[in-house]
Amino acid sequence: MSTPVPARANAPERYYNYAYLDEQTKRMIRRSILKALAIPGYQVPFGSREMPVPYGWGTGGIQLTAAIIGPDDVYKCIDQGADDTTNAVSIRRFFANVADVATTEDTGEATIIQTRHRIPEKPLKEGQVLVYQVPQPEPLRGLEARETETRAMHAYEEYGLQYVSLYENVSAYGRIAATAGYPVMVEERYLMSPSPIPKFDNPKMAQNEAVMLFGAGREKRIYAVPPFTRVRSLDFEDYPFETQTWEETCALCGAKDSYLDEVILDDAGDKMFVCSDSHHCAERRASGHVGPMAGHTLDQDAALKEPAQ
Amino acid sequence: MNAIPGRIAPAPLLSVEGLTKWYGHVLGCRDVAFDLRPGEVLGIVGESGSGKTTLLNCISGKLTPTSGEVRFDTRRFGLTDIYGLSEPDRRRMQREEWGFVHQNPRDGLRMRVSGGANVAEPLMNLGGRHYGNMRQATIDWLDRVELDTRRIDDKPRNFSGGMQQRIQVARNLIHGPRLVFMDEPTGGLDVSVQARLLDLLRELVRDLGLAVIIVTHDMAVARLMADRLMVMKGGEVVETGLTDQVLDDPQHPYTQLLVSSVLQI
Repeated sequence: MSTPVPARANAPERYYNYAYLDEQTKRMIRRSILKALAIPGYQVPFGSREMPVPYGWGTGGIQLTAAIIGPDDVYKCIDQGADDTTNAVSIRRFFANVADVATTEDTGEATIIQTRHRIPEKPLKEGQVLVYQVPQPEPLRGLEARETETRAMHAYEEYGLQYVSLYENVSAYGRIAATAGYPVMVEERYLMSPSPIPKFDNPKMAQNEAVMLFGAGREKRIYAVPPFTRVRSLDFEDYPFETQTWEETCALCGAKDSYLDEVILDDAGDKMFVCSDSHHCAERRASGHVGPMAGHTLDQDAALKEPAQ
Repeated sequence: MNAIPGRIAPAPLLSVEGLTKWYGHVLGCRDVAFDLRPGEVLGIVGESGSGKTTLLNCISGKLTPTSGEVRFDTRRFGLTDIYGLSEPDRRRMQREEWGFVHQNPRDGLRMRVSGGANVAEPLMNLGGRHYGNMRQATIDWLDRVELDTRRIDDKPRNFSGGMQQRIQVARNLIHGPRLVFMDEPTGGLDVSVQARLLDLLRELVRDLGLAVIIVTHDMAVARLMADRLMVMKGGEVVETGLTDQVLDDPQHPYTQLLVSSVLQI
């Protein structure tokens, strides 16, 4: 399933600055990663480099991946759960090009999975690394603009302020309506923003077998959740944490327990729900699961001919 | 203080000694000393630039003094120098036992969250994790500061200046502090709103038995609120005494000038 990259004639030279970043930079990032793993949830500052993509497109995640990737790795990149979106395709191609690694869409086969907005549905295994692209590493930033103050709050474990945002949610919507980037406590010590993953994925972070690394390129922070770490989503005693649920099933594979995206089909209001994790959905269909709207094949020739007339 | 025979004076809640603050070669305040007992309201008066706010910031732990001691009767450590505590201990003590009412409500409130959340925040900072209970306490306090409880979820910017100040008062009293600092609490308000807020503050202070240090340049506010006055000029305390005594029979020439400059209508 994975796509190996053919051997190149100038292989020895390519390893001088393997995986885009120079050796000193990768060393600096690896040190920050080690510190982040030693203090789960703590935001380690690092000298973020300029990358060949704009801030907000995953510069933090790309730097993390570049620092840990090796020629034997199998690389997967997802955006909103899907392997085939523009950003995911270009980042995957980037690493296939600069690091000569095999790439894959198979969650089970990958050793490094770079992600934005999702944790794959298939449980991660020991030996896998999940790299998150993080826009804003500071969960308290929306309430407290001063970095000096938020640093003190982390240092002294003063996390009452985060509950103010939950309080606002309950008073406005009658429930904790926050859905993405839902704050978590790591090992009951550090408050952490899990990057904009849906809160549906929050429980998957707890006691996970894989290494989870978070990189924020613009904000110049790295943090991590090592394997088998306690991760608890914040809540009130009378408003416990809940994940999203759907009444619908996936229109293609019929999955009842996966995170669904709503897709508008036409102007008449028709819509379908499909798994956001494209590999999970494809794998289920391959093993014979059929959703209510499955079985339509797109007549591509007809679609291409039509505008010509 | 003059102890009445047969009555034991309560231990001071706050004890300030030799407090001096230099900003480089510019004097903030020099050699200030006083004791504050539980339930006592101390007014600090003086003209602009006399060191009132410097003194208040030094006492309330916001500004490290050049020399001198500020001892507070903390629940956890007893009477200790607040600048001798570690930073987390000091911050915790400030959260648990103090309140600070700013002149401008924008400094004391979070303008991006609702009035109700502003009032409830100290409870969450002290470990409150039950929404229903905190909501009820917030409603009770909004009622107590005479605000419309139906407006609990409005943002502070949608309240008038006087109402914002009431929200700030509720926010600083909800967690049951023992000492509240007030920096010109009625500064930016018109006279009628000012009078109502002062009335409310006086009532709350008496009901809760709070100790208050109030900084003001308004002699009327000092007269209404304070038990005792400290008059400052050029960074030094020139006169102290009971409020009525200082205002009715000022001894120091500067105090005499200050009292006689109050406009009469």
